[in-house]
Amino acid sequence: MSSSGLPGVAVVQCHPDMSAAKPDTRSLDKGTIRLLERAVGKNAVLWRPEEVLAFEYDGTIERAMPQAVAFPDSAEQVAAVVGIALDAGLPVVPRGAGTGLSGGAVAALGGVVVALTRMKRILEIDAEDQLAVVEPGVVNLDLSKAAAPHGLYFAPDPSSQRACTLGGNVAENAGGPHCLAYGVTTNHVIGLEVVTPAGDIVEFGGRTSDTPGYDLRGLFVGSEGTLGIATKITLRLLRRPEATRTLLAIFDSVDQASAAVSAIIGGGIVPSALEMIDHHVISAVVQAMDVGYPADAGAVLLIEVDGLLDAVAEQALEMRDVCLAEGAREVRQADEAAEREKLWAGRKGAISALGRLAPNYYVLDGVVPRTKLPAVLRDIYRLGEEYGFPIANVFHAGDGNLHPNVLFDERKPGETQRVLEVGAAIMRLCVDAGGTITGEHGVGLEKRGYMDWIFSEEDIAAMAKVKAAFGSTDLYNPCKMFPTGKGCGEVSQAKIEHVMKQAGPDAYI
Amino acid sequence: MAVTPAINDAPSQDDLSRCVHCGFCLQECPTYLQLGIETDSPRGRIHLLRAITDGNVEATPALTSHLDLCLQCRACETACPSGVPFGRIMESGRAMILQQGAAPRSWRLRAWLLRQTLPYPKRLRLLFNLLRLYQRSGLQRLLRASRLLRMLPGGLSEAEEKLPHLPSTSYEMKSDGLPPSASAKKVALLTGCVMPHLYPRTHEATVRVLARQGVEVVDVAEQRCCGALSVHAGDRTTGRALARRNIDAFLQAGIDAVVVNSAGCGATLTEYGELLEQDDAYADKARRFSELVTDVNEFVIDVGGQAPQVALDIRVTYQDSCHLVHGQKVRNSPRQLLASIPGLELVEMETPDRCCGSAGIYSLAQQEMSMNVLDDKMRDVAATEAPVIATANPGCMMQLEAGLRRHGLKGRVAHVIELLDEAYQAEEDTN
Repeated sequence: MSSSGLPGVAVVQCHPDMSAAKPDTRSLDKGTIRLLERAVGKNAVLWRPEEVLAFEYDGTIERAMPQAVAFPDSAEQVAAVVGIALDAGLPVVPRGAGTGLSGGAVAALGGVVVALTRMKRILEIDAEDQLAVVEPGVVNLDLSKAAAPHGLYFAPDPSSQRACTLGGNVAENAGGPHCLAYGVTTNHVIGLEVVTPAGDIVEFGGRTSDTPGYDLRGLFVGSEGTLGIATKITLRLLRRPEATRTLLAIFDSVDQASAAVSAIIGGGIVPSALEMIDHHVISAVVQAMDVGYPADAGAVLLIEVDGLLDAVAEQALEMRDVCLAEGAREVRQADEAAEREKLWAGRKGAISALGRLAPNYYVLDGVVPRTKLPAVLRDIYRLGEEYGFPIANVFHAGDGNLHPNVLFDERKPGETQRVLEVGAAIMRLCVDAGGTITGEHGVGLEKRGYMDWIFSEEDIAAMAKVKAAFGSTDLYNPCKMFPTGKGCGEVSQAKIEHVMKQAGPDAYI
Repeated sequence: MAVTPAINDAPSQDDLSRCVHCGFCLQECPTYLQLGIETDSPRGRIHLLRAITDGNVEATPALTSHLDLCLQCRACETACPSGVPFGRIMESGRAMILQQGAAPRSWRLRAWLLRQTLPYPKRLRLLFNLLRLYQRSGLQRLLRASRLLRMLPGGLSEAEEKLPHLPSTSYEMKSDGLPPSASAKKVALLTGCVMPHLYPRTHEATVRVLARQGVEVVDVAEQRCCGALSVHAGDRTTGRALARRNIDAFLQAGIDAVVVNSAGCGATLTEYGELLEQDDAYADKARRFSELVTDVNEFVIDVGGQAPQVALDIRVTYQDSCHLVHGQKVRNSPRQLLASIPGLELVEMETPDRCCGSAGIYSLAQQEMSMNVLDDKMRDVAATEAPVIATANPGCMMQLEAGLRRHGLKGRVAHVIELLDEAYQAEEDTN
């Protein structure tokens, strides 16, 4: 725990030393390793510290070493692994591709990571009912590719869609640029097969859009791996629109671009995507790829409309006029699929390209009411100057979902800590503006300390009851979502060591 | 070989810290696609190498096995928005582990074997003469029929299966026979270590195609193996010794370009500048040399690439050679050359820029993974129903030929330049 110096801001860290890639010296006892190997196969368990080291991170800056990683291949194997770990008193942490941006797959207190990357079969594509049944390790984009011959696709499109898994999308209720018009993951999940923390294999929802009784499917999506592990997911597929138009509106300043965002939405058009990219991010993108973004722009908006051919052409013209009226110096239009893909490649690779500007970045995920965008953005840039960090912004402007990226170098002493502080200050700005602490990345390990800015103690206690109702215990994905000490399921280091010692000195490998 | 200054190899902190572990590389990595394990992904391997570089872990056999499994295809470099130079990190990482004396015996043995053969043309000639004798004396047929080969240890029998039928004579360096002209461009062909013995036909086609463009090809007899295989195996010292020799040989020849028809060699030659940046005596020369190096596909396009006039009615699919598309960022030129051949139908396979599993000596050292990667590739090839696979590297040619045999597919593998040469030949025959 450390104080940021700002009133009401406390930075919570589960793992105090996040910058060092030092392996954990705690090894699993032989017996547990054997049990895991018997459950999933010898080639599907990693336990040596120098191997599990590669599972200490996800896409953000949190790090913590698990003690073992298991790669189950079926719901039954998932249930077996969960049972073995919990029986041995070890934390359980589900993991997809490890591209998450809130530390959700980081084994905060060690334990067994349940990696779902080998469960990657697309079990069914039903073109007539427009749905797909997949295993959790299927990569987001692979589903759309498989559905393409039927003229269908899966709408949620996180920037990491080339790599992230659908299981992870479900856990974090992932969003993406096109969620402005089509909704986030939860709007596209209709059924789930889940291995509960108690080891039962249950089904939520079904193959129809509504099922009677409590909407446990809705409860599960976005539960960040605290209520169980999805082993089969039934998803809605959409028909490809007849026509799509993509505009790149180029502005001299972020202010102008923000004003254009308000004007477009205020004017009654809902584009399928409305993204803003600021000058810092543009400079990284132009270094990384040739996608035609102008290097000297203050900000660009990437706007897409889709639907029927005639309507789309008209909307594109209207939006172009709005942008020009708000001071855009140029508006380019891409009609062909190849041109559009190029423009989108710049957006989708934008955050990853920030590695060209600095060795590390800390990507934040806050939401503000759209009308507050200009003011909040100004404050974010000001905070960056105060703390001495460049802050690059690329975000879903249409729904006020900000992604400020704090650029830094973790090798400089104390820098990571100060970055966490400026991150907390930015989150506070969002909350004070009437917004919230996550739009699509989840609370995870990273932002659980801010939960009590939004929720009362009673709210959080109610959520803890939900977690308990699913049979989730202290050991089940600890340190995620819940603020410290409020039902978050903390496991003390002492408890882990106690369990390890019980196995006796001969048990260590 | 001359005594050389000692250089400590290790991945640089700047290179390592470029990786922001976003995961964009995962689905481009052939071994991650096979195994789904982070330790066998680019991001994971960088993290492991970083931990060794920082002294946080030791290069245990478990850890080095993951580094060993890397094909060094560098598809992750193409995918990486942050521009992480993965190839350089893996090469210098392996070198660091070898230099620290922590490398497994197989690494040291491999580096030694390469060091004892590749730099020496006479030893290579002897080796290939023996192999030729083995194939032609009937011994190969006898052994294969007797199934005795299956008793060989360490994947040697699979290696034997991969050996292509060796042509009766090896390539002899020669000029293209054009009369010297003051206006013509003067180039030298990198002949390489094993290519003259395995694929003399590719070199011969290259010289004819260059002559057709009015380019003068001069003989640089002092050249040696480019050192790619040693560099990939972590023996950068041998790589540097070969680099110095080649730099001297080619720079003295007073040529306009060093033309390379082997993508793996080309990538290494273009990176001599980096390999020797810590060598004061050679750093500048190496950079100058690297600028002269050009892949043959690029070169022919650059000099205007005359389109053949007679149709070659074949269906072709093109396999990008990793060290051409990912190492040298050459994607379009080979396709342009193929498209310039009248009648040739180019059918793209799924993910043509994914490795075929050859990866130099990887196909011998990591049989199982190499075959798994190849099997996926051959499925994609078969789906195109193209009887000809064009590619741009001898290793890929050998691997894909083995793939055709293994999958019982009819067809052949040809270098892009060979197909262009066939079209020119057909034109000459018509005239």
